[in-house]
Amino acid sequence: MSNEGLIYRISGPVVTATGMSAAMYDVVRVGHEGLMGEVIELHGDKAVIQVYEDTSGIRPGEPVLNTQETLSVSLGPGLLTQIYDGIQRPLPTLEKEMGVFITRGVDADAFDLEKIWTFEPQVAAGDEVVAGQVIGHVQETETIIHKIMVPPTMGGKVKSIESGDFNVTQTVCVLEDGTEMQMMQKWPVRTPRPFQQKYAPDTPLITGMRILDFLFPLAKGGAAGIPGPFGSGKTVTQQSLAKYSDAQLVVYIGCGERGNEMTEVLDEFPHLIDPNTGKPLMERTVMIANTSNMPVAAREASVYTGITIAEYFRDMGYDVALMADSTSRWAEAMREISSRLEEMPGEEGYPAYLSSRIAEFYERAGRVETLNGDDGSVTVIGAVSPPGGDISEPVSQGTLRIVKVFWGLDAGLARQRHFPAINWLNSYSLYPQSLDQWFRDNISQDFPEVRTQISGLLQIESELQEIVQLVGSDALPTDQQLTLEVARMIREFFLQQNGFHDVDAYCDIHLQYRMAKAIMSFQDAAKSAMASGAQLNDVVNVPSRSDLMRGRFEKGYIDVIESMVETMTAEIAATVEDN
Amino acid sequence: MTGKEYRTITDVKGPLVFLNKTEPVAFGEIVTLRLSNGTIKNGQVLDTSDDMVIVQVFEGTAKIDRQAGVTFMGDVFKLPVSEDLVGRILDGAGRPRDGGPEIVADEKADIIGAAINPYSRQSPNDFIQTGVSAIDLCTSLVRGQKLPIFSASGLPHNDIALQIARQAKLKDSDEDFIVVFCAMGITAEEYNFFRSDLERTGALENAVLFVNLADDPAVERIITPRLALTAAEYLAFEKDYHVLVIYTDMTNYCDALRQIGAAREEVPGRRGYPGYMYTDLAMLYERAGIVKGKKGSITQFPILTMPGDDITHPIPDLSGYITEGQIVISRELHQQGIYPPINVLPSLSRLMGSCIGEKTTREDHKSVSDQMYAAYAQGRELRGLVAIVGEDALNERDKQLLDFSGVFEDKFLRQTRDEDRSIEETLDLCWTLMSSIDTKYLVRLDQKWIDKYHPDNKA
Repeated sequence: MSNEGLIYRISGPVVTATGMSAAMYDVVRVGHEGLMGEVIELHGDKAVIQVYEDTSGIRPGEPVLNTQETLSVSLGPGLLTQIYDGIQRPLPTLEKEMGVFITRGVDADAFDLEKIWTFEPQVAAGDEVVAGQVIGHVQETETIIHKIMVPPTMGGKVKSIESGDFNVTQTVCVLEDGTEMQMMQKWPVRTPRPFQQKYAPDTPLITGMRILDFLFPLAKGGAAGIPGPFGSGKTVTQQSLAKYSDAQLVVYIGCGERGNEMTEVLDEFPHLIDPNTGKPLMERTVMIANTSNMPVAAREASVYTGITIAEYFRDMGYDVALMADSTSRWAEAMREISSRLEEMPGEEGYPAYLSSRIAEFYERAGRVETLNGDDGSVTVIGAVSPPGGDISEPVSQGTLRIVKVFWGLDAGLARQRHFPAINWLNSYSLYPQSLDQWFRDNISQDFPEVRTQISGLLQIESELQEIVQLVGSDALPTDQQLTLEVARMIREFFLQQNGFHDVDAYCDIHLQYRMAKAIMSFQDAAKSAMASGAQLNDVVNVPSRSDLMRGRFEKGYIDVIESMVETMTAEIAATVEDN
Repeated sequence: MTGKEYRTITDVKGPLVFLNKTEPVAFGEIVTLRLSNGTIKNGQVLDTSDDMVIVQVFEGTAKIDRQAGVTFMGDVFKLPVSEDLVGRILDGAGRPRDGGPEIVADEKADIIGAAINPYSRQSPNDFIQTGVSAIDLCTSLVRGQKLPIFSASGLPHNDIALQIARQAKLKDSDEDFIVVFCAMGITAEEYNFFRSDLERTGALENAVLFVNLADDPAVERIITPRLALTAAEYLAFEKDYHVLVIYTDMTNYCDALRQIGAAREEVPGRRGYPGYMYTDLAMLYERAGIVKGKKGSITQFPILTMPGDDITHPIPDLSGYITEGQIVISRELHQQGIYPPINVLPSLSRLMGSCIGEKTTREDHKSVSDQMYAAYAQGRELRGLVAIVGEDALNERDKQLLDFSGVFEDKFLRQTRDEDRSIEETLDLCWTLMSSIDTKYLVRLDQKWIDKYHPDNKA
């Protein structure tokens, strides 16, 4: 059999070809227009292909050409700042080629193959190099050095190595066995890139969001799921993470989401400054935008494209964070294709392999020792959009089984305009144990204890609230009324955070700790004042407390918070004398 | 390719016709069927292979037998478009329904429509003043947005949609919208209501109507919104118009989708709706927007009736995940006799942040909107408490908030069907109403706006 076959059947994005030799996951070109597709099933001499572009107008009998390669991404200098569709075609190039509407049959290089980069060799002729080893540096953006690595399948003695200006397809290094290396390499998206070993995560990914960092921390190399109904702020949370988390690189996948929202990100990011480096955020970002109306098969591929790019940067020793918004749309793409294949469905029409695919995807997260002995990580944060907000559905459940952090968004909180609308009672993180040492060493010895106090108070509040619902808060003893007041302070001053405010959007982890301590100081001062006869009302209404709470919207808060707390404790102590 | 007629029908099932032994037929190709009694029906290819072709018949399969002749037209479904569309009434398959001539096409546009490259979109940020206070203040509409009305049977969503269509304009501009109205499975009575209202106000001259009524074939409803959006895209992106697309009722559309899925024996998703309904709806809703380098825009107002007032039903649920917010109509408010009965609490406009403020509406808009919302939400909550403990148990603050929630509904929400309030009037009204609450409880208002706009401080 040859590489060429003929179309036998077309049913939406699924095309069947006959008379072609094919292996699973081979990339094929379908029809006279050469639409890109991938073999996903074989039956006798029939190959079933999912096509990444619209198939209207294609007829049986048109040719199919097997490229005999698997779906791969191009990796090399030029990736950063790019905006891709699900199969790594740059959207700006597509606009140039076909205007504002995405038509089909257009091929585009993942990045400019002609662009000249300055290659600085890191090895010399005669050196022995192994797979993954860094052979040269390219300053790709102001903040990021793109490390050119030996592809994972190669290695040997360097015969010659260049230095100076080259494009990504020119040979920069030749090995003794004649192997030539360029700055660009390819990697199949459905195969995880190799590494030496996985480490236990021990460093938190600092996001600047108080409720996440303080109560439900995520480790670098960890995986988190954010389920929530529509309107609860999934996308805003994901975008805040992309903006402010202290990962060195960010891969943001807009998978089957709204076009206008994607545009907002595309408009906004180039103007945003990374609070950790002071440089434009875009310089550390790769974006993948496959909106809900773009072809469904490309949506299925988009998460793999994204995570392969993330792994590539991990292999250079970087900490990479990947946001996928939303994994439910990815799962739906699988369901749609599965139903076209007439596979036996599992729960709610999803394919039976749904949970294993989800698990495989999240397993590509991790902190690893790379092939070259470096330490790099990929952190995966996946949004989940459960129908009706009910997380008993298969995608949420498949996600929760594998991720260690669950940030549960709550429509009720969003309606109360409590943002981020993350429910502090049902969210969880399983990382504190492995991260507490880091917090003790880097922030404060008593950090974990303060966290326990804060979450304990919130728990007590929820129990007290049930009583208040029945009898009103005035019926409670004053010490419990104080507890409610402290919990309210935690909610309004600490947990609520305005993602759109210049200052409040990002909160330094040291400041988070001091704010938490300030709340505890208020509680202690109030308790001792009330024990000496002060009235709850006077204690709660000291003016310096509202100053303290408003301070978080001002720059330089971290420098003054301690003196504000001192003023507050003094004022509270003074309420005793008033009586 | 055209001309050759096949009589190879093997099966007919629901809206689907199965044929074998044909020429190579394109996926999505248009088909005509000639029945033995001379009737002509139209359809589209859903599945094609060397051995078998499945055709979905728009007008229903009544009277089709195995002797019916099937001709493949060699092309996918296209709508003839030109500026002459404006002012016309067409049926659900794009044929004139007003007795007028056929549309003379400037060009023929593929009705499936290509996806807009997200990189080529322009962020919507032009505030549309609808003259309805609840919408303008709390769920501001932006040009290029898709904002559905989540309603239920027996509620006045049609009145609200028409009022918006009549009054919508850019602030400080008289530029009108072209209204593209798409009816899917609504009753003749509802249609007459829309039509006579548009005629009465003279808006019909600036409108295109695509009408599929309740007794028209259900399958036709699959293409009706696509025709409407194709017309809208042509008018917006080729002819620079600002287009407002109203479609009603999305629930009927989704039911038609389910009907076809069932006939094809597809594996159903939730409540029998097909698993690809999200993608399918996205292909409609995502055709709203503004693109770089084009003057026009498409704003969408889909109306859907939630079965059993259930917002978690798959139709509102999937819509909510795609659209940029929602306006929720409340039965409770309607029964209190309040028009428009918009419940602002679950309503939302995701693009609101980009279109309000000093440059577009007024500097205090955000602050006022937050405060009105918060005060009303707290007042509503207190109603529940009062039912248990009585009003006397409330403190002063709670009493004021409780009273405010009534005032909010009676004075702020309530307006007549032809009352067109400017955004300034709406904001001033808010300040007047909020003055019934002690300012120390108005914590969400910036002090500088209180100084400037509060009635006590105004000379």
